[in-house]
Amino acid sequence: MSEVLVLVDHVDGAVRKPTYELLAIAKRIGSPSAVFIGGADKAAAVADAVKGYGADKVYVVDDTEIKGYLVAPKAEVLQQLAEKTSPAAILIPASAEGKEIAGRLSIKLSSGLITDAVDVKVEGDDIVTTQSVFAGNFTVDAKVTKGTPIIAVKPNAAAPEQGDGAGEVEEFAATISDAAKTAQIVAAQPRQATGRPELTEAAIVVSGGRGTGGDFDAVEGLADALGAAVGASRAAVDSGWKPHTFQVGQTGKVVSPQLYVANGISGAIQHRAGMQTSKTIVAVNKDEEAPIFELVDFGVVGDLHAVLPAVTEQINTRKG
Amino acid sequence: MTLSNIVVLVKYVPDATGDRKFEGDNTVDRVGVDGLLSELDEYAVEQALQIKEKRADEEITVTALTVGPAAAEAAVRKALQMGADKAVHVQDDAIAGSDAAATSLVLAKAIEKIGVPELIVGGLASTDGGMSVVPAMLAERLNLPQVTLAAVVETQGDQVRIKRDGDTATEVIGGTLPLVLSVTDQSGEARYPSFKGIMAAKKKPLEALTLADIGVDASEVGLEAAWTKVEDTAARPPRTAGEIVKDEDGSGATALVEFLASKKFI
Ligand SMILES: Cc1cc2nc3c(=O)[nH]c(=O)nc-3n(C[C@H](O)[C@H](O)[C@H](O)COP(=O)(O)OP(=O)(O)OC[C@H]3O[C@@H](n4cnc5c(N)ncnc54)[C@H](O)[C@@H]3O)c2cc1C
Ligand SMILES: Nc1ncnc2c1ncn2[C@@H]1O[C@H](COP(=O)(O)O)[C@@H](O)[C@H]1O
Repeated sequence: MSEVLVLVDHVDGAVRKPTYELLAIAKRIGSPSAVFIGGADKAAAVADAVKGYGADKVYVVDDTEIKGYLVAPKAEVLQQLAEKTSPAAILIPASAEGKEIAGRLSIKLSSGLITDAVDVKVEGDDIVTTQSVFAGNFTVDAKVTKGTPIIAVKPNAAAPEQGDGAGEVEEFAATISDAAKTAQIVAAQPRQATGRPELTEAAIVVSGGRGTGGDFDAVEGLADALGAAVGASRAAVDSGWKPHTFQVGQTGKVVSPQLYVANGISGAIQHRAGMQTSKTIVAVNKDEEAPIFELVDFGVVGDLHAVLPAVTEQINTRKG
Repeated sequence: MTLSNIVVLVKYVPDATGDRKFEGDNTVDRVGVDGLLSELDEYAVEQALQIKEKRADEEITVTALTVGPAAAEAAVRKALQMGADKAVHVQDDAIAGSDAAATSLVLAKAIEKIGVPELIVGGLASTDGGMSVVPAMLAERLNLPQVTLAAVVETQGDQVRIKRDGDTATEVIGGTLPLVLSVTDQSGEARYPSFKGIMAAKKKPLEALTLADIGVDASEVGLEAAWTKVEDTAARPPRTAGEIVKDEDGSGATALVEFLASKKFI
């Protein structure tokens, strides 16, 4: 069975959930091979983690030489691994970094690239991807017709599947060109842990907009009662109420949770682009004409500062 | 290194507030709907102009470059009105239906033709395809570094520093010219063309290039040459109108809790 390369998404050896989702997709196509580019001292733990989600092989690429450089070295690593293994496909997380690695790799391998896949299926000999386009108004099925399919997959495209893979570890020594070692991370401030789920990975997202007036207490209270991530509209971000990493929409994060609760958000097209494929949509807005109500499964016309605390209290009472 | 040339990549896209749709061959309908300079590329033009303005002692030419159908001229015109010095429009019937890889090929060859600048600036994503990969592909083709998705841009001499919200950290990234830069809508409001700018734009040079001019064979681009194929497109079924209640003395909260419970969210 052909190998399917999966680029491991991790922070200092802590494997992030999208990796497991990619492994589940890889299993549909062939034999999953995880590619870990990181510290050699973390390799054993990473190998153990990905084996538990079906990785048959784990390529370990020591990143001592390339740590801190942007995407170009990683694209070279994947190119060399692809040339060595002739994989059936290469799966990469559709993060900002992942897509850029994929873009460079696509040119290096003269292979087709599909970004932001929300589903990947095998139909006969074809690997068919599904994407959501035009602000979520259309879905598109596509396939790669040249070279090795390179697919950047969005979070939540598949459920992680536990199950023992062979987990055979192989060290891979890639040759990195000097040209790839140019753009460099000069300083990084790790995101502060919020204690809440990641916005793009969360099953429930509770967002606030200009209508919060800058007071996110009611939004955060409801988010915590539901075990949800907190999001924000650009108006709330531009006002400085939340950092840009909270922004949902065309130029923020695109989320597709089971439940999205929009509070004090009017529902501009750029905001919709980031949330309208959510399974269930709820809105609280004091203006009954707000366009967000065109999207909702359930809407409350009212003041969020009155409605949300009452909802939170009732949920907490039910939980006992 | 002094900075003498900046090329800014601008795309002509269907208006997102209009009725965007697909053609029978599953390519984006670029003729039947109104188009404009991609909103997100206005930020790229803005940053290119700001860099030029901040480095007033250097003689910097900002060239707006677009690849697209005849109507795409509107995109470079807008860039000229905002303050770009020159424009280049690559247009050829054979380009229709090109994917990102082919687009990056045409951009790379056009840039080689007009002279590789020290700095290439692109947008966060095109508002239609939205892949956010063309700058990376172009950097690969030109064998240049990329510093991308900048929320803040600073340049000094041959050094470029950007700040961006990475996936897991806020990062400061440094690079040395020549390179490819892309900027987000956080980088600073794009200016509106002034009346003077609009008048001045009419006299600025706008060069039209064909595939033959830049040495790209028609067989390398277009729908037939694409490395990916769209099999099917479908409009998402419209959301059926949900239930909307008016909150009166807490009734809204109770109704919402019941809805959430019925859907097993609590
Ligand atoms: C290039 C570009 C990119 C963009 N990208 C994004 C993006 O990624 N994400 C994004 O969100 N936007 C984006 N926007 C901005 C978008 O167009 C809207 O301006 C923005 O989404 C509005 O945010 P809002 O709904 O919070 O504010 P508003 O539109 O001002 O709406 C506030 C709402 O709150 C309601 N309200 C007020 N008080 C209360 C109360 N006490 N209780 C309940 N409801 C109340 C009001 O009735 C109103 O409907 C972008 C715009 C551009 C030009
Ligand atoms: N046809 C084009 N002509 C000029 N620039 C383009 C074109 N397509 C993409 N770009 C540039 O590449 C960026 C990212 O595009 P995309 O990868 O399509 O999301 C855009 O913001 C533009 O700056």
